[in-house]
Amino acid sequence: MARREFLTGNEAMAEAAIAAGLRVFIGYPITPASDLFEYLAEKLPSYGGIVFQAEDEIASINALVGATYAGAKAMTATSGPGFSLMAESLGLAAMLEAPIVIVYNMRTGPSTGIATGTGQGDVMQSRWASHGHYGVVVYSPWSVQEAYNLVVKAFDTAWRLRVPTIVLSDAVIAHTRELAVVYEPGEVKVADRKPPREPPGEFKPFKPDPDDLVPPMAFYGEGYAVLAESLAHDERGYYTTDPENYERLVRRLEGKITRNKHHVVSSEARYTEDAETVIVAFGTLARSALALVKDLRKQGKKVGLWRPVSIWPLDEEGLSKAVEHADRVIVAEMNLGQLYREIARILGPTGRKIELVPVLTPELPGPDELLGYFEKAGVEI
Amino acid sequence: MTVQVPKLEYRHRVDDLLRTERLPHVWCPGCGIGITLQAFLRAVKALEAKGVVDRKQLVFVTGIGCTGRASGYVRLDGAHTPHGRPIAYAYGVKLANPKLVPVVFSGDGDLAGIGGNHLLHAARRNFDMLVIMVNNFNYALTGGQLAPTTPHGAYSTTTPKGNPERPMDVARLVAALGANYVARWSIHYPVHIEEAIKRALPRRGFRFIEVLSICPEIFGRHIGFRSPVDLYERLRKVSKVKKPKTLEEIKYDWENEITLGVFVDKDEPGYMESICSVYNYDWCNELPERRWSKQ
Repeated sequence: MARREFLTGNEAMAEAAIAAGLRVFIGYPITPASDLFEYLAEKLPSYGGIVFQAEDEIASINALVGATYAGAKAMTATSGPGFSLMAESLGLAAMLEAPIVIVYNMRTGPSTGIATGTGQGDVMQSRWASHGHYGVVVYSPWSVQEAYNLVVKAFDTAWRLRVPTIVLSDAVIAHTRELAVVYEPGEVKVADRKPPREPPGEFKPFKPDPDDLVPPMAFYGEGYAVLAESLAHDERGYYTTDPENYERLVRRLEGKITRNKHHVVSSEARYTEDAETVIVAFGTLARSALALVKDLRKQGKKVGLWRPVSIWPLDEEGLSKAVEHADRVIVAEMNLGQLYREIARILGPTGRKIELVPVLTPELPGPDELLGYFEKAGVEI
Repeated sequence: MTVQVPKLEYRHRVDDLLRTERLPHVWCPGCGIGITLQAFLRAVKALEAKGVVDRKQLVFVTGIGCTGRASGYVRLDGAHTPHGRPIAYAYGVKLANPKLVPVVFSGDGDLAGIGGNHLLHAARRNFDMLVIMVNNFNYALTGGQLAPTTPHGAYSTTTPKGNPERPMDVARLVAALGANYVARWSIHYPVHIEEAIKRALPRRGFRFIEVLSICPEIFGRHIGFRSPVDLYERLRKVSKVKKPKTLEEIKYDWENEITLGVFVDKDEPGYMESICSVYNYDWCNELPERRWSKQ
């Protein structure tokens, strides 16, 4: 039964993972994600799941990939430094099409930075951390409830597309307490694997279905002798340097996300129907931005907000619709311009003025403080 | 003119455990990895014949390096993971489906070098998996660089004036961390390797078998033993089978003695049973390790 609880973002994301069918959680302590781990350590075993503390984040992510191949819904939670360590095997997960879920609570970087501060400096790292070209899906919540919903959604996307999926939250969501509606396992809809349709010997573990480009998945122990090959592989999972096979593989790793975009992308537009200026912000900063938009509306200014919920890929159609009447787009984010580059890439050719408001602080600014950063950047509003 | 080549219908007794369509393999003439792999496959067949294991339970996980390429040839569930990570991958396999039996098969650079942290902690936890480490004393696939196992003074491509470092005795280290089974053999003892695997595979906890191998093409050429026979004889001369009573009696000294033998053979509860002592999971009674345990 659905119930309302007063939870931190970390607690809500842990609850969401349980509801989504989490069987294996593997973690390593890090601020601000440790309390999600601790919550699951208390609660997950009573649902039949295992919580394991790895020796480092490198072990965490490799174990997650192994866990999904053995048939379990598996998740970890980390922050920037831990995610940096996971970079190599994020590529492994993409290459093996392992449906892992990573909760990524951003803190203030770079390096050890300010461990207890918040941040949005990892937009690019969440997408491009590993070497080579591959696909991942990244969602970013702005509230505790949305953090809950997006963790459920992340499991659905990961298993539907066989793609590593990241919930890019932050230190504010992690530790803010809000009311959230939560469910029990079986009460939320999450995709399962497509099981093999051929018998062992005929089944090819990396042969995609032509419609969605996603290969059915055989689990270990089912008699299929599945080889999870980190090298470039053909449909059998056998290493090959064949250029045509390589191109087909790499195009598909990203292409299956594009092909199934309707399952993946999501965004929200507020006050954009007549907006001449649209502020783009994501995550918790979008809450301050919305408050600022409301203040500006009271002054009669035609300002709106567009907030991406899926960061990678972005809802480009939603963005284009939101800025329909706007000749100015202002991207406010807690870094020196990462999401900005994507917005500029999409809207640049339309001739609109695209401006950046960097918000470099370890604390989430309120609307008035956010306005201060507009002034600091010389962006009039 | 077309030359008709008669197709040879040669079958080896372990062929059904190999992806024979992937042969020939990448390993050099004189390499000892094949001896070790065959010992493993023979052990699997012997254990299967006795009804002790089912090949469907086994997950064969390798890392990067010459030995790591073995997963491409073995017809079992498996993974070829990034460099140093097969033990980490194996954790997830076992945690997700405790009825599976992970077997890690990799090299010294992969397991003791870049993957050393996982090796330490898997042994400390007595985590239920079998690890077979083929030690060829160097990083061979990348061209003969210094490994943590390279003997002091030995030439390698990154120590052209001789290795200034002390090597790591990996088997002794794993024994010190409390693993249930630790043995070291060399490729001169293929029957002993097979017997060790037959004993260690159906066992709870962390099991570690180091196999000293010869790499004449890469390691041997830099130290003056390019002929497989010469390197084979050189390794045999220094390898001494013993029954050490203390860890201090285990030697890893290329000039005098590298101790071979079974160093630890015990049956303490592994990680999976330890969590079953805290939580009552529905799979606890179906753990293969519980069936295999002597108690």
